[in-house]
Amino acid sequence: MTAPSSDTPAVEAIGLTKIYGSGNTEVVAMIDVSARIERGEVVALLGPSGAGKSTFLTAIGLINPPTTGRIAIGGEPVMDGSRALVDVRAFRRRHLGFVFQKANLIPFLNAAENVAIAMEINDVASRTARSRALELLEYLGVADRAGNLPEALSGGQQQRVAVARALANQPSLILADEPTAALDSHRGRQVMELFRKVAHEQGSAVIVVTHDHRALDVFDRTYEMEDGRLKSAPSKAQPPSAEPASS
Amino acid sequence: MNLAVKDIRHNLGRFALTTVGVGLLLMIVMGMGGIYRGLIHEATLLVDRIGGDLWLVQGGTRGPFAEISRVPSSLEDRARAVPGVAMARRFVSHTIQREHRGRPLRIVVQGLSWPEDRGEWIPLVAGRALGQGHFEMIADRSLRLELGEKVRLGKDVFEVVGLTRGLVGSGGDGLGFFSVSDATSIQFDLPAEAYRLERQSRRARAEGQDIGRVQPWILDRAAGPAAGIPALSMSQVSAVILSLEPGASQAEVVRTFSTWPDVTVYSRQAQVDLMLSGMVDKARRQLGLFRALLVIISTIIMALILYTLTLDKIHDIAMLKLMGARNGVIGGLILQQALLIGALGYGLAYWLGTYAFPRFPRLVVIEPRDLAALAAIVLGISVLASAVGIAKALSVEPNKVLS
Repeated sequence: MTAPSSDTPAVEAIGLTKIYGSGNTEVVAMIDVSARIERGEVVALLGPSGAGKSTFLTAIGLINPPTTGRIAIGGEPVMDGSRALVDVRAFRRRHLGFVFQKANLIPFLNAAENVAIAMEINDVASRTARSRALELLEYLGVADRAGNLPEALSGGQQQRVAVARALANQPSLILADEPTAALDSHRGRQVMELFRKVAHEQGSAVIVVTHDHRALDVFDRTYEMEDGRLKSAPSKAQPPSAEPASS
Repeated sequence: MNLAVKDIRHNLGRFALTTVGVGLLLMIVMGMGGIYRGLIHEATLLVDRIGGDLWLVQGGTRGPFAEISRVPSSLEDRARAVPGVAMARRFVSHTIQREHRGRPLRIVVQGLSWPEDRGEWIPLVAGRALGQGHFEMIADRSLRLELGEKVRLGKDVFEVVGLTRGLVGSGGDGLGFFSVSDATSIQFDLPAEAYRLERQSRRARAEGQDIGRVQPWILDRAAGPAAGIPALSMSQVSAVILSLEPGASQAEVVRTFSTWPDVTVYSRQAQVDLMLSGMVDKARRQLGLFRALLVIISTIIMALILYTLTLDKIHDIAMLKLMGARNGVIGGLILQQALLIGALGYGLAYWLGTYAFPRFPRLVVIEPRDLAALAAIVLGISVLASAVGIAKALSVEPNKVLS
């Protein structure tokens, strides 16, 4: 992937459609969705259940390819319809970070190892990975739990470790699918503000699928989906009402 | 970071139990091989230890280890006269079962050609060789007889004067060495009434033959001991063992005996081969098949265990794939665990075997070549078994994380 110029969008989706099944069992999950997200931008993707938000997110994340449409990340075309134009696993490893509703930490690795493994997979030397993992946990305020297994961490702490893992390889795009659903409103807001902080400080684009309208002020823009379509043009979100939390 | 080791440390109890299970299974596989080797060792032990270059057995038979063989004891003297023969010994072998101290006592009775052969060649762990031609025996420890212990066999009482260790017959019963005449009397021991009936029968047989009719005194003797009527009865042994003079041509001696119509001559190796291709062969094939089945069962069980372990981690594997982990990372996690289970199970099997096998009723011989072969089999099993888990892991879609 060549270094993107400053005006190159972090991600650009053009005419994405996703159809599951065929004939009588055909289900259209996403219809002609186009979106452009800039680098350093934090975007919320809203909509009711079944609106196609997760389908859009997994398509952008090269997990679940669209049936038709094109995707470019950092200016590099990566999908043309269901055809991958790059090695998707290698691309995910180097350029994408994921956070989900559940932290999905590896249960037999401690917090630091859960972050370090993402880097080791990306061929970062073990010692360097360990050191950077501790830095990230410090940055996210959970350095004191670095040696704990996930089962010993609270939901909020687990989610912050998951965010640290998503940031480990300094991805150009972070995709978060309802990352605060399992957290109380206070912890949820902290995570959202964390994304904002990361996006603005590291220049990563962040797309967050959320139902939580209370923290919309954290986002730079919001998209809304319904019945597989983008309901409206992206709107400018309200400015955040509080400074980003660091812990 | 070694994911396999991290996972094992996190699930140590389950991993340990799995390894113990695999280890016990491998111990049985190892034991089967050892039992087979022990069978061969025990079967060939006597032929190897007793020495001699050639065996003279009943004509047309395969010798006393394969079937009943009867040759006259005078064959010993005839054989001594053949050029190239340095020594000839009578050989008597049969198995008896008697009651001793309220428990069954099975002895493979071996006759030593007293006084030429007193059993000096027998590896004794206690006591001495035979010191007289009657009423002494050398017993193997497996018979659970003590030095100096008196054992009644037939009408005679024998004193244990020497002890051996590990000298057993092809059936696993301990050897007991006696003089040939004692061994024969033990073999043909009959109750007094049976003797009386046999003497009457013998008289009737003699009356029906020319010799009985033309020599009436034979009829009188027929009612007496068998030794008194050489024309009606002859002393028989199982075989005669020959030792050749140094430098004598074995082929030449064999050629000479091959012209004798009443005997068949075998080299020592031929006796061993006959024994192995006879009764041991079926046991060998049976054990071999059982061993092969156990290897297949071990593979299936290991594959099931690894598959289950993989299923338990399927969500984590999906997450690793989502993060972009290469197939090598995921396959390596499963393969390393399979190899570790295999290696530890193998080590455990060997360790347990060193304690368990000596307590088996039959000899278990674990040879280095069998250990090496089993190690290679375990390696193959581990790789094969992990393939099932790896195939499952590689088929997992990263979007499984979302479910």
